[in-house]
Amino acid sequence: MSEHVIPLAELRERKAQVVRPNPEEAPRPDLREELFELEARGELIVQRVPEPYVEVTTKFGRTKKVPIDHLWHHKSCGQCGHIPGYTTSILWLNRQFGIDYLDPTDQTSCTGWNYYASATSNAVAQLLVMCRNFAAAYETGYYPLIHCGTSYGHYKELREQLVHHKDLRDQVRRILDKLGKPLVVPEEIVHYSEWVHVMRHRIAERQVIDMRNITACVHPACHYYKIVAEDAIYDPDIYGGQRTATVTALLQALGITVADYSTWFDCCGFGFRHILVQRDFTRSFAVLRKIEVMKDEANPDMTVTHDTGCVTTLDKSQFAAKAHQRRVGVPVLADSQVGALAMGAHPFRVLQLHWHSTDWRPLLEKLGIDWQRHWAEFEEDLAAIERGEKPGLTWEDAEQPILTR
Amino acid sequence: MSVATWSPTKASQRYADVAEETKRQLFEEVKSDPRYPDFLYGCYECGICVSACPSARFYDFSPRVIAQALAREDVDRFYEIVMEDIWNCAQCFSCVRCPRGNNPGGLVTLMREVAVRHGLEQAQQALQGYSRVIYKIMLKGNQVSPDMLQPDFFPDWGPWVREFSRNMTAWRKAIPVDTLRNVTDAAWRTDDKTLRELYTIWFETGNMEVIREVDEGLYELLVEIMEEELEAAS
Repeated sequence: MSEHVIPLAELRERKAQVVRPNPEEAPRPDLREELFELEARGELIVQRVPEPYVEVTTKFGRTKKVPIDHLWHHKSCGQCGHIPGYTTSILWLNRQFGIDYLDPTDQTSCTGWNYYASATSNAVAQLLVMCRNFAAAYETGYYPLIHCGTSYGHYKELREQLVHHKDLRDQVRRILDKLGKPLVVPEEIVHYSEWVHVMRHRIAERQVIDMRNITACVHPACHYYKIVAEDAIYDPDIYGGQRTATVTALLQALGITVADYSTWFDCCGFGFRHILVQRDFTRSFAVLRKIEVMKDEANPDMTVTHDTGCVTTLDKSQFAAKAHQRRVGVPVLADSQVGALAMGAHPFRVLQLHWHSTDWRPLLEKLGIDWQRHWAEFEEDLAAIERGEKPGLTWEDAEQPILTR
Repeated sequence: MSVATWSPTKASQRYADVAEETKRQLFEEVKSDPRYPDFLYGCYECGICVSACPSARFYDFSPRVIAQALAREDVDRFYEIVMEDIWNCAQCFSCVRCPRGNNPGGLVTLMREVAVRHGLEQAQQALQGYSRVIYKIMLKGNQVSPDMLQPDFFPDWGPWVREFSRNMTAWRKAIPVDTLRNVTDAAWRTDDKTLRELYTIWFETGNMEVIREVDEGLYELLVEIMEEELEAAS
């Protein structure tokens, strides 16, 4: 057993207490009201959440609208660049449910990863990157759905700065004018995992892979629920409303056993700068404070999380640790990948598991998925591409689930 | 960790040769940032931020000391933090569970910005090897791209990186998402107009001057490419 000192019995006792916060007693004002006041004064445009939407409860007991349809997918550079099955799974789920969405080319990343890593930017530049993307979404009529946890956290923090500092607003508006774009802020900043969360019962209705024999640990992403904490989804039925409900609620809806571990609050060790140029810290933290603790306390079949950096860090850090005989070997998936897999998404055409480093084969075997057969199918795809018979995979190739009811 | 044992090497002033005025000027620059009052409200010395901090576990680093030094306006300690500590922060913002509402991670961001703007040697050292990332983010609007996954840079990620590197082109074509398929030098396909708007943002906000402080050669290269793009479009 690990030497971590947080007493699990006490944790469980505290977890049994249900928290039902009263929004009237929220410690911070509702920023959305201030946004609407600014709109009424003609300072900016608030893009309304389109119908249909689902109302969920957030940390302070307030209500948040999560749109279901008409989505502008604000992609994540880390996901698209290094774990493309993450993005593919989100869009595959959209397509399976017939969602009207836009996968834009008029989008940059939030550039927040660089900002948190190197500080080679400034507040006004960061605000403008956000506002340019929001204006681009607004011009299309689709509503932004933020894929990256860091973009989500960064944008929430920037939105606060924009609302509270007139001088920053004025600078932003001046430069947006030059770009010919309006100053638009969405009514709600919505993370894709919130969309997955509100869709979880519909995903479960179409589940074709039985996951009841699977145990998972959840790593909640810091930039999802720690930065501007009041925007994250909380539910009294999940952890007694004491931790964010996203990811865990999905897994439970799919019949997966979610196992607790004492260092759930710890970050993954990503570090932004560290993951790129100082990975000794990242590896040490990810292995010693996360993966080994999960192994010792819960021995999960997989770890599930909902952010770019967390999947990257927890997955890629395990190879070097394995070479040192550390207690590792936990496959790491995003919630979108788990949801898609449950609905029968192809492990390679959709989940793109070949981009993951930690061995995912035992997980697929436990789920009864013949990964060798599906890998052979994917290898045929690759061969056809290399022979020049097809330019690449299309949604037509990837749409069909590997199993049907 | 007690006060007595915490960082014995930091008990003495190690930057006595740096003028008080220089330290004060840097501190005032941090303090004058419009975000500063939102990030610092005082400190109970409860240590909750430290208990949540990943960097405190692996480095001689304390978000509590940062909040205290800034709240006390202790410019000597502030200067030591800028020179030795700020680049160890993981920017996870676990420290914002502070009962006073402090944001030590945010304070670190402000101090990093000032360190970069002044071209402090420690900032340049911390960002060694990082220039290729800056090149990518400024030009492509993406932090990372498939072609950055090279075995020489990520040997600790195992044989997977080598296999990926060999198969990158085919693997990228085998992604069904239209904006990702066959794109290797960026995370997704971005419109030229979008990138020109991004370049305008970098120029208009003084961001390029920040890059000049970090890496002058990189700055000149970026400016040349961006200006050429903007001029061609106009």
